[in-house]
Amino acid sequence: MTSRRFVLTFPPDATGEPITYNLIKKYDIMVNIVKADVTPGKIGHLVMEMTATGKVLKEGMEYIRQQNVACEPIDKKITYREDLCIDCGACSAVCFPGALTMDRKTAELAFEPEKCVVCELCLTACPLKLFSIDLG
Amino acid sequence: MSKKRSIEEINDKIRKGKAVVLTAEQVSVMGKEMTPAEVMSRVDVVTTATFGPMCSSGVFINFGHSSPPMRMERLTLNNVPAYGGIAAVDAYLGATETAMPHDIYGGAHVIEDLIAGKDVLLQATGKGTDCYPRTEIKTLVNKNSINEFIMFNPRNAYQNYNVAVNSTPKIKFTYMGTLLPSFGNANFSTSGELSPLLNDPEMRTIGIGTRIFMGGTTGYVAWNGTQFNTGKPLNEKGIPVGNAATLSLIGDAKQMSTRFIRAAYFEKYGVSMFVGIGIPIPLVDEDIASRVLIRNSQIETNIIDYGSGNFEVLGRINYEKLFSGKITLKGKKIRTAPLSSVKVAREIADLLKKEVTEGRFFLTEPVAFFTKTAGLNKLEIRI
Repeated sequence: MTSRRFVLTFPPDATGEPITYNLIKKYDIMVNIVKADVTPGKIGHLVMEMTATGKVLKEGMEYIRQQNVACEPIDKKITYREDLCIDCGACSAVCFPGALTMDRKTAELAFEPEKCVVCELCLTACPLKLFSIDLG
Repeated sequence: MSKKRSIEEINDKIRKGKAVVLTAEQVSVMGKEMTPAEVMSRVDVVTTATFGPMCSSGVFINFGHSSPPMRMERLTLNNVPAYGGIAAVDAYLGATETAMPHDIYGGAHVIEDLIAGKDVLLQATGKGTDCYPRTEIKTLVNKNSINEFIMFNPRNAYQNYNVAVNSTPKIKFTYMGTLLPSFGNANFSTSGELSPLLNDPEMRTIGIGTRIFMGGTTGYVAWNGTQFNTGKPLNEKGIPVGNAATLSLIGDAKQMSTRFIRAAYFEKYGVSMFVGIGIPIPLVDEDIASRVLIRNSQIETNIIDYGSGNFEVLGRINYEKLFSGKITLKGKKIRTAPLSSVKVAREIADLLKKEVTEGRFFLTEPVAFFTKTAGLNKLEIRI
């Protein structure tokens, strides 16, 4: 089993096909929606993590693309300059998945990369601009 | 009769290496088991500190005269405008200044670069006079080439500050950081029980002339800070609820360190500067001893809606809850986040403790005390 993140881009005239439902039901792919911004009549984006065997993932991607929806894997990672960090906590304010948290005892910033969904909000929230995206 | 102790007695102990110095956090723990009188008999000095973003900061610079000399009227440092309407080669560079409204590099970054010893591009123009014939200049300056490099901050060390939340469905970018929609987070900025003006809320030991730690070196309290307000309601511990007193500070920026002065940019708001401040509080009597025992659970502030534009007060909360990482507002659990670094504030309090304990930092009696009654005027639109 492998887990990969994908960004799906829906055209304004998307068919309305229940894509995530079919990925789960027909392909048995574990789907975790990270971020969704889809409005009928507009270009929409869906960021999701899919977990399945490599073969099934490939089939799932094929299926998504057949629906006229772009499907690109994202292998981005967030990194930050820990050596320059002042542990102010401003990044933890926006980190809704809880990857960036303040340690109550030490008052230091803790980063758990496995919880990061690469929403990129920390890039702008950090007043010292210490975060960057590693494109893998 | 309750015990009293003079600043001179304390300084004498410091001189002899016998002063007992604790940080405000350490003494707050002590206060759980001891009375103020007991603390007073054991401790001489309590160190407080803060390291938060403080917009109202800046530096005076004297560049020295070129040959032929020049009256610099319009000037920039690394393209950031500085105010030259003072004297021929004097200028004031504000921390929040930028060349263009959306620039992420501003006055604070220039200040940090200068403190770091870097060269900075000075460009200036002037009309040219008989005594100052030069009309333009372009050169590099650094902290060793300039004469005075004085940090003068009109408003630092806010006594207390609001908690910011956002009730609207849109993300908001503020000086209180990024506020997620629909109460997605609650941001606050304080070092809490370690904060200077929360440990001496009536400013009985802090006044004009008080010697402090500022940005890595010795500084002084110059005046009360701007927006100094004594009219805020007090909680049962005598702590103002919300932003109240402030300090105006001055110090030699040449001696400062980038560990304790850091430039900041708040998304879609602008440039600000983290300023490291430490203030020692002499335990001159039991009243002061009782004040420094304050704990985060006893300090309260207002939760304000920064999203809707009318800054509505939504509730009151204490810092123990805010530092816990979660608060409850309108029945909803909200994640909290600080904007002020408690870690660096602790480092400052420890450093100051060491300086006093080892006889390198002596305490001062204020030359004058601040006014006891100061309110704030509103700006009326009169035309």
